Amino acid sequence: MTAVALVPLLIWFVASICVMTGADYDAFRAWIATPLVSVLLVLLAIAVFHHAQLGLQVVIEDYVHTEWLKIASIALVKFAAIGLAVATVFSIVKIALG
Amino acid sequence: MASQNRPLSPHLQVYKPQLTSVLSITHRATGIALAVGTLLLVCWLLAAATGESAFEDVQAFNGSWIGKLLLFGWSYALFYHMCNGLRHLFWDAGKGLELETAYMTGRLVVAASIVLTVGVWVWAYASMGAF
Repeated sequence: MTAVALVPLLIWFVASICVMTGADYDAFRAWIATPLVSVLLVLLAIAVFHHAQLGLQVVIEDYVHTEWLKIASIALVKFAAIGLAVATVFSIVKIALG
Repeated sequence: MASQNRPLSPHLQVYKPQLTSVLSITHRATGIALAVGTLLLVCWLLAAATGESAFEDVQAFNGSWIGKLLLFGWSYALFYHMCNGLRHLFWDAGKGLELETAYMTGRLVVAASIVLTVGVWVWAYASMGAF
């Protein structure tokens, strides 16, 4: 499901970055602070980190056969995904609020 | 215990690389590369939230030759993974599983990802007024 959501979200994101290339710091922050952009960026962050976590879990399960190491690696990836998602959402909200 | 070494049948040593298998492992490789590269994206947004000098530092890295090379590679990985991901979604719906169709869509994925990557970079440079 995150795969499906990521297609339009990423197309929007890449197109926005292309249009914004060369913009200065204030213009970039102003763009992020636009309500629609903030919402889409938060959705993008959640979708990306959930999708990445799922994908990495499959890779670990395929290649790591030592049971404790496999469990620890998957746990690490899950925590990292949550941590990075929170950091990203926090940054967006901080810029949006001002 | 799974960790004790049991003999395995040869695979990479004996199978001729096919478009299907190469695209499949590339899908995995681009996925991993994207996950790693997303760390830079997070740094970039955190820097934007932190302050102008932090942001300038990240932008300086992004503008350096190594930064641009990494970004170019990441953007190719993104388009490849997305196009092949769409191919996978069609398969999940039961469509396009015939061998000839899979080869045709496979070639389409490679071509589309190259076109999209180059197109997006040309667009970005053009909007900076480079042309």
